[in-house]
Amino acid sequence: MSTALLVIGGLAVVFSLVLGIAAQRLKPKGDPVARAIDHLLPQTQCGQCGYPGCRPYAEAIARGDADINQCPPGGESTIDALADLLGREPKPLNPENGTEAPPTVALIDESLCIGCKKCILVCPVDAIVGAPKLMHTVLMADCTGCDLCVPVCPVDCIDMVPAATGIAAWRRKPPKREPQAA
Amino acid sequence: MVENQFDDELTPTRKPSGFYGGLRLPTDKHDLADQPVLEAPLAEEYLLPLVQHRGLKARPVVAVGDKVLRNQLVAQPDGLISAAIHAPTSGVVSSIERRPVSHISGLPGECIILRSDGEDQAVEPQPIEGDYHLIDPVRVRGRVREAGIVGLGGAVFPTSTKLTARADTFLHTLILNGAECDPEIACDEVLMRIAPDAIIEGARVVMHVLQVNRCVIGIEEDKPQCEQALREAVERADDDRFEVVRVPAIYPEGSENQLIQALSGDEVPIGGLPLDIGYVCLNVATAASINNAVHEGLPLTERLVTVTGTGLQGQANVRTRIGTPVSVLTELVGGYTDDAERLVIGGAMMGFAAQTDAIPVTKATNSILVMAPEQARGAEFVRPCIRCGECARVCPSKLLPQQLYWHTVGGNEAQLERHNLMACIECGCCDYVCPSHIRLAEHFRYAKATVAQRRIEREQARMAKVRFDRRNARLEQQQRERVERIAEKKKTTARARAGDEKRQVIADVMRRVEEKESGGDESA
Ligand code: SF4
Ligand code: SF4
Ligand code: SF4
Repeated sequence: MSTALLVIGGLAVVFSLVLGIAAQRLKPKGDPVARAIDHLLPQTQCGQCGYPGCRPYAEAIARGDADINQCPPGGESTIDALADLLGREPKPLNPENGTEAPPTVALIDESLCIGCKKCILVCPVDAIVGAPKLMHTVLMADCTGCDLCVPVCPVDCIDMVPAATGIAAWRRKPPKREPQAA
Repeated sequence: MVENQFDDELTPTRKPSGFYGGLRLPTDKHDLADQPVLEAPLAEEYLLPLVQHRGLKARPVVAVGDKVLRNQLVAQPDGLISAAIHAPTSGVVSSIERRPVSHISGLPGECIILRSDGEDQAVEPQPIEGDYHLIDPVRVRGRVREAGIVGLGGAVFPTSTKLTARADTFLHTLILNGAECDPEIACDEVLMRIAPDAIIEGARVVMHVLQVNRCVIGIEEDKPQCEQALREAVERADDDRFEVVRVPAIYPEGSENQLIQALSGDEVPIGGLPLDIGYVCLNVATAASINNAVHEGLPLTERLVTVTGTGLQGQANVRTRIGTPVSVLTELVGGYTDDAERLVIGGAMMGFAAQTDAIPVTKATNSILVMAPEQARGAEFVRPCIRCGECARVCPSKLLPQQLYWHTVGGNEAQLERHNLMACIECGCCDYVCPSHIRLAEHFRYAKATVAQRRIEREQARMAKVRFDRRNARLEQQQRERVERIAEKKKTTARARAGDEKRQVIADVMRRVEEKESGGDESA
């Protein structure tokens, strides 16, 4: 009887210790609401929402400073997801922030690039490679299409092009609501 | 869940099989397999889509105007999951442009267009000489990759990837898939009858590459001639590692997971691969093309295609060069009937409707089916689901199509995940039996594509975030280091200046002392 009590008691102590340490160790960094919001944002880091990146926007929403309809790259589906998360009504995208458009990527015209390095400095996701006075190029797979590099280029050699065309850009459409029998 | 009961009353009948669910579909394709195989005539123009396989598009290695010979490489694989493409005949590359291709979207895809010169000259084939058992498996696999071989059963996954043994899995059995279960397709059936030795030899090559010592060939019970032919071929090869097994003819027997279950009772875990339970599965046609690549030195430039349907004057199995326009084949069997309504690429159950017959035959094209109205399903009125549960009884993946349907319509991704949407093999069994004619499989194809796309987007977002955070951390660190450097600099200059001042004071004192001394001297 007493051994059983001892064992159970011992286990209780051990587990409470483990849980306590785990709680300390695994404590989430930062505001959990902001993190959950950030998780739903497209991470384009374009700043069209009016904040310098997705995380700051997420924090602003969490604080109540920003509305949920300010992210054009995320568009309707992101607004819906945010509304769902925060228990609010979805609303249309705020046109002041921009319009929803098919994804694009930056393309540097390599024959014109003078290697000024300006685009590298603004790219929020390190998607441009190059060295001073040498030709630069965009890593298409990593480019989020944020547009930030376009205005800084002194020789206007950066264009935004569709991320995919033709079959690669094709998406299945939802099946038609079939003809229903009366 | 109830296991299937033997029940001959129902049409299509369901029978207990080696796997769960499925359908017994009426077919008359075996008569077609008895007919002689036709040879597609040389076409004027061959269209070679750069994507004929699962994976990245191949990279052209020829330019417009280049003259090429038959079997010459025209596009090379771009990355590991990609496949090479070879010229089906000799001629001139007339352009590289977008043309209608066999894709469900109906959109044009990039093609190398080869204008035939009618000579049909080929490059000298270079088979691997000598006993391949003594040859490094890596070299054999390289040959399979160079030959542009992909899974010819429909999945068109690059075969060389499948032939790469992984360190974390133990492969024990090679399964040859001779279960061609679509009620309209008979090209594998024909191949098993006319080229059983190539199939067995191909399998032996694979067994050498993967170091497996057992091969089970699964053939459906309604193809006795194939079984006979393969048994004889095994005897000729005198290889006791082979076993030919008859399985019930139930759709979708030819699906990898279902065939494995029928042959062994082992189930591939949901979301897993046959590899995970030690099997590797190859279509018989794929095995034959591996044989051709290794022993004959020939790349994959032709395949058997079943051309059939009530909308055609005739029907046949046709040996066709990849890139041949579909119209060449429909003409070969006598052309369309007056009431031909729908052109389907890839079988009655899993094929898709094409908008034009200008599209080319690709490595994936196992059948061309032209339907007259009575054969074309899809006009029935859809009624609400009556919850009969028929769909769940036939689903070979043991899913609940009725539930999945609700969640697809409702767009509830979490529920779709919970109900294992991704395990749906899009076989269409549920569709087929649904008394309300709900297009279940169509909904699931859409939902699967959408979920897959969202996963990709989420992964991209995650990577973007990682890069963004790393960049911010880097910028912060650089800023911190700059501040530190400036502070450091200030301190040293201050120290230096402080040092200067002290020295100045000492110098002043010394000067005054000197002045005094010298002045004293003077005064003395
Ligand atoms: S390359 Fe240009 S558009 Fe792409 S992520 Fe970088 S700054 Fe944005
Ligand atoms: S299409 Fe999917 S849900 Fe329907 S029977 Fe086949 S595997 Fe099951
Ligand atoms: S077979 Fe059709 S009607 Fe019956 S439960 Fe399934 S979806 Fe509903």
